[in-house]
Amino acid sequence: MMQNRRMRAGAAVAALVTMGTFLSACGGDDAAADDVTLRVNVFGNFGYEKLYKQFEKDHPGVTIVETAEGDLGQYNTQLIQKIAAGSGAGDVVAIEEGQVVNFLQSADRFVNFQDHGSNEKKDQWLDWKYAQATTADGGTTIGLGTDVGGLAMCYRRDLFEKAGLPTDREEVGKLWPTWDDYIATGEKFQAGIGSDEVHFVDSATNTYNSILMQTADHTYFDTDDNLVIETNPAVKDAWDTSVAMVDAGLSAKLKSFSNEWNAGFKNGTFATIACPAWMTGYIKEQAGDGNAGNWDIAPVPGGGGNWGGSFLAVPTSSSHQDVAIELAQFLTSADGQMSAFDQVGNLPSNPTLYSTPELENATNDYFNDAPVGQLFVAGASNLRPVYLGAKNQPVRDAVENALRSVENGQKSSEEGWQTAVDDAGSAAG
Amino acid sequence: MPDLRRAEPVLPGSSSGSRAGLAVPSGETAVMASPPDPRPRRRRSGAVVSRQERIAGPLFVSPFFLVFAAFGLFPVVFTLWVSLHDWSLLGDRTWVGLDNYRALVEDDHFWNALTNTLGIFVLATVPQLLMALGLAALLNEKIRARTFWRMGVLLPNITSVAAVGIIFTLLFARDFGLVNWTLGHVGVDPIGWQDHRWSSWLAISIMVDWRWTGYNALIFLAALQAVPRDIYEAAEIDGANAWRQFWSITVPLLRPTILFVVLVSTIGGIQLFTEPLLFNSGANAITGGTTRQFQTLTMYLYEKAFTGLEFGYASTIAWVMFLVIAVVGLVNALLVRRLRSVD
Repeated sequence: MMQNRRMRAGAAVAALVTMGTFLSACGGDDAAADDVTLRVNVFGNFGYEKLYKQFEKDHPGVTIVETAEGDLGQYNTQLIQKIAAGSGAGDVVAIEEGQVVNFLQSADRFVNFQDHGSNEKKDQWLDWKYAQATTADGGTTIGLGTDVGGLAMCYRRDLFEKAGLPTDREEVGKLWPTWDDYIATGEKFQAGIGSDEVHFVDSATNTYNSILMQTADHTYFDTDDNLVIETNPAVKDAWDTSVAMVDAGLSAKLKSFSNEWNAGFKNGTFATIACPAWMTGYIKEQAGDGNAGNWDIAPVPGGGGNWGGSFLAVPTSSSHQDVAIELAQFLTSADGQMSAFDQVGNLPSNPTLYSTPELENATNDYFNDAPVGQLFVAGASNLRPVYLGAKNQPVRDAVENALRSVENGQKSSEEGWQTAVDDAGSAAG
Repeated sequence: MPDLRRAEPVLPGSSSGSRAGLAVPSGETAVMASPPDPRPRRRRSGAVVSRQERIAGPLFVSPFFLVFAAFGLFPVVFTLWVSLHDWSLLGDRTWVGLDNYRALVEDDHFWNALTNTLGIFVLATVPQLLMALGLAALLNEKIRARTFWRMGVLLPNITSVAAVGIIFTLLFARDFGLVNWTLGHVGVDPIGWQDHRWSSWLAISIMVDWRWTGYNALIFLAALQAVPRDIYEAAEIDGANAWRQFWSITVPLLRPTILFVVLVSTIGGIQLFTEPLLFNSGANAITGGTTRQFQTLTMYLYEKAFTGLEFGYASTIAWVMFLVIAVVGLVNALLVRRLRSVD
C-alpha cells in the first residue's frame, strides 16, 4: 500500500499533464439528427447575443450555445488541451491574438478558410490581421478576424486638472506626439499632483508593449524564428524608454489584471493607461458609474498600435463543420463586426467599415463623449504587420517579468535586461 | 492535490503488545500496519476449489486494479514516455532520450522552484502541526459546545481553495489590503507582499495553515482519544502534572500519527499550486512573482506545459517530483521503523 500511495501521488501529477486526453473525452451531446446545436467557445464578452438570434432565425433547427470563460489564461489553456486532444472544443472557437501563432503550428486541426473562399474576401480584414492567422507559406488561414485592439491613450480628466495639465482631448494629444514627450508630460503631472499615491501611468509593461509594436516589423524572433532579442534594436529601445519612465517615478507599479490594478481604475491611483478599444468596456466596469465623465481618450504617443483582438476558428473536430463555417463567416462579416462594436465596443478589423458614418460618428458617453470610432481607427490603421514567432508568448512573459522586477526595484535596469535575455533564451527553448 | 491529504486518519497503536496493530482498517493504515498474520491459511480439508471460485476472487478485486491501471499506472508510465521526447503540445515530437533530464539538472528555474516548494512547505508545516496539536489538546478537554468547536475547526478546510486564495490575496493587497492597513496603524510602510521572497512565502504559508490546521487537529484529536485513560490515571497517582503528562504520555503516543500527518502534508505541500497561483493575481500569474520568488514545482510544470507548450520537459518535471515525493516517503517509512524499535 505504501507503494500505491506513492504511485497515486505520481499519478496525480501525471494526470495533471495528461488531463486534456482524459477530460476532453466528454464532449457535447448532440440533439436529434435534423437539429444542430453549435457550441461557441469565447472568453470575456464578444457581444454576439443579437447575432446568434439572427443566425438561428435564418437557419431553422440550429441552436447556438455559447460558453464564455472570464479568464483569458484559463481559456487558452483549456483550448490548447482540447485542440491537442482532438475533441471537446466547440464548433466555433475564439482565438486570441497572442495564441494564434501557437495554433498555426497545428494548422491541420482547423478548417482552412481559404478552401471556403476567404482569399477572395481578403479585403474584409486589415492586411496584418489576415496575415496573423495565416501560415508562413500563405496556404492556410485558420481564423477569421473579429476585432482589433487599435490603441489610444485613456486618461483621467479630473487628475489632469488637479495637476494643472490641459484636459481637452485634442490638447492632451498634442502634449505627447512621441514617448519622450509622454515621459516629460508625466514629470509635469507628478510635480503638479503633489501626492505620492497617484502616478502618471499604471505600469511599465503596457507602455513597453505599445512601443515595441510600433517600432518594429519583428520583435523577439526574425522571420526564420531565430531569437533576436539582443540584436533587434527595437526591443532594447522599448526597454530603455520604459525604464526611463520608471526611473522618473511615473509608474504606479500595478500588474495588469491584478486586483490592485482593477482597484486603481476606481480609486484613481493612475492617470493614464494605453487603451485598446476593448479596454473601454473594462474601464467602465472597473471604475464604475461614479467615475463617469472622469475618463477620456486621446491619441497614443507614436501614432498607433495594437493590443489584443481575436479570431474565430472552426476545429476539424467539429461534427457540424459546414454550419459552423457559415456561423464564423457570419459573425466576422461587416454586419457582424459592426453589431459587436455597438454591443461591447470591440473595434472591427474590417477596414471598409472605418469610413462608414456609423463608426466615424460613434462616441462613448462614459468617456465624456469621446469619438471612439475615429480614435481607435487611427490607432489600428497606422499599424504595420509585425512578425511574432511561435514562441512569442513565453518570451514576452519572461521579458515582462524582468521589466516588472526593475519597476519594483528588485533589479537594476542592467540586471533586469540580462535576466530578460537569459530567460528569453530558455523560454525560446 | 488535496485528495491526497484527505486520507483516513491513522490512530496510534497503544503501547500494549496486544494492540500492536492499528485501529482503522483502511488502505492508509497499512502504511504502518503490523506484519501479516504469520499463521498459514488453512483451507477446509477436502474442499475442492471450483473453477468458478478461482475466477471469482480475482474478479472481485479487479475493479481496483483496472481503475488503478487506467488512472494510476498508465499516466505514470506514459508521462515517463513523454518525458523522453521533445514533445510540443501543438506541434512535432522527437525522441531525445535523457536530454530533458540533463537540461533539468542545469535549469536554475527548476532549482528555484524546488527551493520555494520546500521552503514554503517547512514554513507552513512546522507551525501548522504545532498549532494543530495544541488545538487538538484543547478540543479534547471538557469545554462548552465541544462538538461545535470540533466541527468549526474543519470549516476552513471545506471552503473552496479558490475562495481562500482570492480572499487572502485581497487581504495581502499592497494598496488597499487589510493587512497593510492594520500594519499602517503601527507605523509600518505598505509591504508589497508579492515582491519579496520572505513576505510571499509567509503569506502563502498563512493561507495553507488557515486551511489545514483544523484538519490536522482533528486527526490528532482522534489519536488523543485513543490514548487509554488508565495511563493518565497512573501518572496522576505518581504525581505528574498536566504539562508533564502531555509531554511524557500524549506526545510519545502520538508519534506515529505525527509521522503520518507529516507524510500527508509533504505530499500535499510538494504539490502546492492553487494558493501561490491565486496569490499572484493578474498577468503572468503562473511565474509566481517577477523573479519567480514563489513559483512552486507544480506551477513551473504547468508553465512549461501550457505557456511554453513543452510537454516533454513538463513531464520530466512531473517525474522528478514523483521521485522527490518517493524519497520523502521512504525517509518517513524508515523513521517509522526506527520509532518501533525505540518503543
